[in-house]
Amino acid sequence: MEQQKRLIINTAWCKGCGICAAFCPKEALEIRNEKVRLKEDAQCVLCGACELRCPDYAIYIEKGTREDG
Amino acid sequence: MSKRVLLQGNEAVVEGALAAGMRFFAGYPITPSTEIAEQASLRLPLCDGHFIQMEDEISSMAAVIGASAAGVKSMTATSGPGFSLKQENIGYACLSEIPCVIVDVQRSGPSTGLPTSPSQGDYMQARWGTHGDHPVIALSPSSVGECYTLTVRAFDLSEKYRTPVILLMDEIIGHLREGVELPGKITPAERPVYEDPECLRHPYHIPEGAWVPGMKPFGQGEFYNVTGLIHDEEGFPTNSNEAARRLVRRLLDKIEKNYDDIVTVEEFMTEDADTLIVCFGGTARAAKEAVLEARAAGVRAGLFRPVTVWPFPEKELFALSGRVKRILTVEHNDGQMAREVERAVRGRCETAFLGKIDGSVITPREILEAVKEGRRNGK
Amino acid sequence: MASELIGKYMREDKLPHIWCPGCGNGILMRDVAQAIDDLGLDKRKVVIVSGIGCSSRAAGYMDFNTIHTTHGRAIAFATGIKMANPSLEVIVITGDGDASAIGGNHLIHAARRNIGLTVVVFNNSIYGMTGGQYSPTTPRGDYGTTAPYGNIDRPFDIAQLAAGAGASFAARGDAYHVQKTVDLIKKGIAHKGFAIIDCLTVCPTYYGRKNKKGGAVEMMKFQKENFIPEEIAARMTSEQLAGKRVLGVVANNDYPELTEEYAALIARAKERAGGGK
Repeated sequence: MEQQKRLIINTAWCKGCGICAAFCPKEALEIRNEKVRLKEDAQCVLCGACELRCPDYAIYIEKGTREDG
Repeated sequence: MSKRVLLQGNEAVVEGALAAGMRFFAGYPITPSTEIAEQASLRLPLCDGHFIQMEDEISSMAAVIGASAAGVKSMTATSGPGFSLKQENIGYACLSEIPCVIVDVQRSGPSTGLPTSPSQGDYMQARWGTHGDHPVIALSPSSVGECYTLTVRAFDLSEKYRTPVILLMDEIIGHLREGVELPGKITPAERPVYEDPECLRHPYHIPEGAWVPGMKPFGQGEFYNVTGLIHDEEGFPTNSNEAARRLVRRLLDKIEKNYDDIVTVEEFMTEDADTLIVCFGGTARAAKEAVLEARAAGVRAGLFRPVTVWPFPEKELFALSGRVKRILTVEHNDGQMAREVERAVRGRCETAFLGKIDGSVITPREILEAVKEGRRNGK
Repeated sequence: MASELIGKYMREDKLPHIWCPGCGNGILMRDVAQAIDDLGLDKRKVVIVSGIGCSSRAAGYMDFNTIHTTHGRAIAFATGIKMANPSLEVIVITGDGDASAIGGNHLIHAARRNIGLTVVVFNNSIYGMTGGQYSPTTPRGDYGTTAPYGNIDRPFDIAQLAAGAGASFAARGDAYHVQKTVDLIKKGIAHKGFAIIDCLTVCPTYYGRKNKKGGAVEMMKFQKENFIPEEIAARMTSEQLAGKRVLGVVANNDYPELTEEYAALIARAKERAGGGK
């Protein structure tokens, strides 16, 4: 069983403030139509900086598990 | 097993409160109620209760509500100026339905007024002191014994209806010292707590047949929100007009529709009276004396004393107004209850008023004169 | 759809919250939840108390016993809760106006008594809920709707104010430096007496707009560049620190805690009453 992290964006809660994108160390995020999204060529390393500073809890790293590995 | 003791009115309040289960008191020194705080500070630790002297009247009221939210029966005591300061948080307790008891030992006002002189000038403040339409229960003792029993009743009504209850005393009673018969063990009322799943999920949900919510105190594992904003059944703020109407209506109804359970009066020599004196609190002692003197002089006088002063006992007074010629309201103010009397009587008999605003006591002689004068005028 | 932390400590069905886009309050509310989680507190023993204002809406979103009280009085309500049941972990969430203007008296007296509350101030330097009036923490010269010619009042430093009043733990955090602020809130909760963490937050809607500080991103960048965690500040020269604010512990003392003192008082009173010596 191995840890499987992934980035989750809850656009329903996103208010498009842009804080996550501004402080993403990999510049992997952008705001389009007042909502955050992962850039097409994003180099997201799942560091979670966005989650820490999202005032709306709209972006986070899910620490899921996967059976097979 | 009852016991006979010599007590001051203010001290009897504390004894009654402890018997009712009070285990938290927060207050701020103010004449003529200070003895209540002093006695509470002395007695509470012996019952594993907590006393705190707060930085002001406002925070005393706030701390009392906080302690009650944590499940502990709580009380504060004050006098006129302090009562004014407490009003905002009294309204909070009304809306959030957190039980608590507020003792107001009235003194002469307005403002700092005459700190050691008697008055009943807070009668209307007790009803309308906090803003907005809100429920109120106020009880007014007329003896040291009643300081005890009505404090117990104040706690019982507060818990049962989850609302602040005001013990509206005056300087006369607060500082009166007399022998009283304290009742033996009493069984105080406890606030309703509902265990059914719907109520646990919605802490402000009112089950069929109930008037008040039944949420558990803080710290017992049921998570819910308490707010002074208009709220829904979950205790969460809402701007819905319908939710506001429903909530405020129920808050008013829970008192109005339970009038018969809440309102008590004392009637003294009213059976054949043609002149009825309406009087409450410490002043009623002089009125009772005046009734006896009037009877001795051949005047058929009687006394009607609201023990519950809010809601005003209008049903009972209306019934009596059909049998008497005249009602004389005697109170230590410029006619605050007199207006309620006129409203209740609806013109069925003649009404008159005797009051005082100079800080001196109203004597039986003055009341007797007013009774006789009215009789002459009435002819 | 929420992270594990949010799902565990927030009332998910009440989200998204009412705060404006880019408001730092959401970040600070998460910091409080993170601190509670890190400390492994029993949820049933936590009570969140708030006053009135933007900050104080936090109580409604947090899944504990929560009480949203009257303006300025949160600390006074909390005092009653803590006295009535000292086993509860009572956390106050308040704002700069709530805590230091209308509630200033309660703040200094709770600090003086050293009652075991943790007060987290969401300090946005403005009255946000009423639309941008200057507050006791608005810097001199800044603008508000009631300071159209610039604020002439001198501001409070809330952490220093509380420390001066006797708070046994006082600290300063912010919205940008999340780990630092979470750490300070944890220290505050774990501290036995009165603890206050003054957290400088960002209000792009009113304070930012009125004072041409830019939007949320610019205001957060300002915090990143100008608010320096104490461990970093310790390695900087006074020239480098000129014009900066240091984040960290302002006061940390071991004073007797009020409810513990009261427990001792109860024992003393009973001994005197029953002693007969």
